[in-house]
Amino acid sequence: MTLDVRAWPATYGDESQPRIGFFTDTSICIGCKACEVACKEWNQIPMSMKGFTGNSYDNTIALGSSTWRHVAFVEQRVPAGIEDGTSLVHAAQRAEAIEGGVQTYQEGDGLRWLMASDVCKHCTDAACLEVCPTGALFRTEYGTVVVQEDVCNGCGYCVPACPFGVLDQREEDGRVWKCTLCYDRLKDGLEPACAKACPTDSIQFGELTDLRARAERRLQQLKQSGQENAQLYLADDSDGIGGAGAFFLLLDDPEVYGLPPDPVDTRRDLGSIWAAAGAAAAALGLGLAAAVFGGRR
Amino acid sequence: MSAVETQTGGSGQPTWDGRPVRSYHGQPVLKEPIWTWEIPFYFFTGGVAGASAGLAELAGLRGNEVLARRSWAIATAGIVASPVFLISDLGRPARFLNMLRVFKVTSPMSVGSWILSGSGVSTTVAAVHAWTGALPAIAKVGRPAAALFGLPLSSYTAALIANTAVPAWHQARRPLPFLFASGAALSAGAAAAIATPPEYAAPARRLALGGAVCELGAGLVTERAVDQHGRAYRSGVAGKLSWASRALIAAGGAMMATRGERSRRAAASSGLLLLGGALAARWYVFKAGVQSASDPASVIGPQRAAIERGERRGAARR
Repeated sequence: MTLDVRAWPATYGDESQPRIGFFTDTSICIGCKACEVACKEWNQIPMSMKGFTGNSYDNTIALGSSTWRHVAFVEQRVPAGIEDGTSLVHAAQRAEAIEGGVQTYQEGDGLRWLMASDVCKHCTDAACLEVCPTGALFRTEYGTVVVQEDVCNGCGYCVPACPFGVLDQREEDGRVWKCTLCYDRLKDGLEPACAKACPTDSIQFGELTDLRARAERRLQQLKQSGQENAQLYLADDSDGIGGAGAFFLLLDDPEVYGLPPDPVDTRRDLGSIWAAAGAAAAALGLGLAAAVFGGRR
Repeated sequence: MSAVETQTGGSGQPTWDGRPVRSYHGQPVLKEPIWTWEIPFYFFTGGVAGASAGLAELAGLRGNEVLARRSWAIATAGIVASPVFLISDLGRPARFLNMLRVFKVTSPMSVGSWILSGSGVSTTVAAVHAWTGALPAIAKVGRPAAALFGLPLSSYTAALIANTAVPAWHQARRPLPFLFASGAALSAGAAAAIATPPEYAAPARRLALGGAVCELGAGLVTERAVDQHGRAYRSGVAGKLSWASRALIAAGGAMMATRGERSRRAAASSGLLLLGGALAARWYVFKAGVQSASDPASVIGPQRAAIERGERRGAARR
């Protein structure tokens, strides 16, 4: 296989590796949570269970400092399959397809169940990394984004900077933690624990260029089988974060899965932010001068 | 629009512009900032220190040594308290020096750490010289350095919170630094007016009143810059604090303008009201950000609306 896209060659030079990532095909996720368990075990992450939510089968709740994979469960009523403005005839044909086992997700009695395994996106333009004041967050030779636990001082800036709400502080520990895309396993030529454990290959690991090509084919396949709402999320360099290392094939809008529809790296506005701060500082200087010299002593 | 109805587990449907917003069981998209009470207090003390150093230096240049010495003392109090708040907020306080491992312009917190360090050293030198006459050679550089460091020290904290994904902060990225700089001027003027005999405090009163007017104006602009007429700033705890801040600033400002020159007591009371108003203003900005981060509609609503208006493509491709 030719390695045509390498990660950050300007930084790593000869050590730069092909940029790798995850393609999570949610249409074949069965909600087994093996990814969550494998991640916890391999990375020795403390317990994070918070109780019973009543939100379908999801008691993991959200990504966080001790949850680096999170399987979302969404239950939707689909009235006789006539969503997307399709005709009743078309709907009936699709129902036959369901019985024939063509459908890629559970659909019956008008209920469909969406499942998706969420993870850190390892953004091309990663706000967490850019705002980190200690340099604890860094870009690896594989193009992934990792927190150095021996450097992080728990300042918390990356937490509200992430447009996906991925990073969080482990309270008893003080530092922030997130998915490393199994940096240690990559170094040994192994695939990440979650992808290894996924029984349906909903989580696919590999070189980003290959994954994107594969995802594009899968999207066309699903559209041809009547999934008009199928969409690739974060698979395009022109989005607000310059595309992601971990991207997704979704069967509904991103917000349904708890993902922001238009995430933007805050650095894109940093020029106007610094300009405003500079202008305000200058205005304060003028105000001080006016107050001291603009009247009696 | 599809006719798909999502089953949510109890929590009510979030809305945006009166329309329901699709979300994942009504859960937040962003993480709430983990910063604790020390941070809004630091926004306040950093502003006091920064603007007080400028006031002290300029008052000294104008020959008002009484005001200058008191302002140097106030600036030092602020600059000593600031790192205490910041270090105490860290998850790993013992690692605070890691802040000075690197210098990154993409991180206002990194830039701010260096500004605060420079400000801390120069302000302390200037204050020691103003009160004891020691270190005259270093103070010659230290005084103007402290005054200059104080300007960005008063506004970078707004850049810091604006440079996040939090809607109430990011959408207000242009007015927020002016709100913080106004608050710095207002509180430095108020603190100096409390500490200085009224006959020497005319510049401090002018600074406090000018800052108060700008603070109230910048507060209104900030609200208007945020979606849905500043919903995040007008609701919940942020709304109450915002109201309290404006009441305190208006009352303190009126009192200082009418009686601050004649009565030391009135100057002190009005100064305290103004300081309380400036502190409450830092708190309402902080709380508004926390509220908007934990509200899925405030995050999803504007993003989806911009996609529907055709202004942005969003991150999904069909």
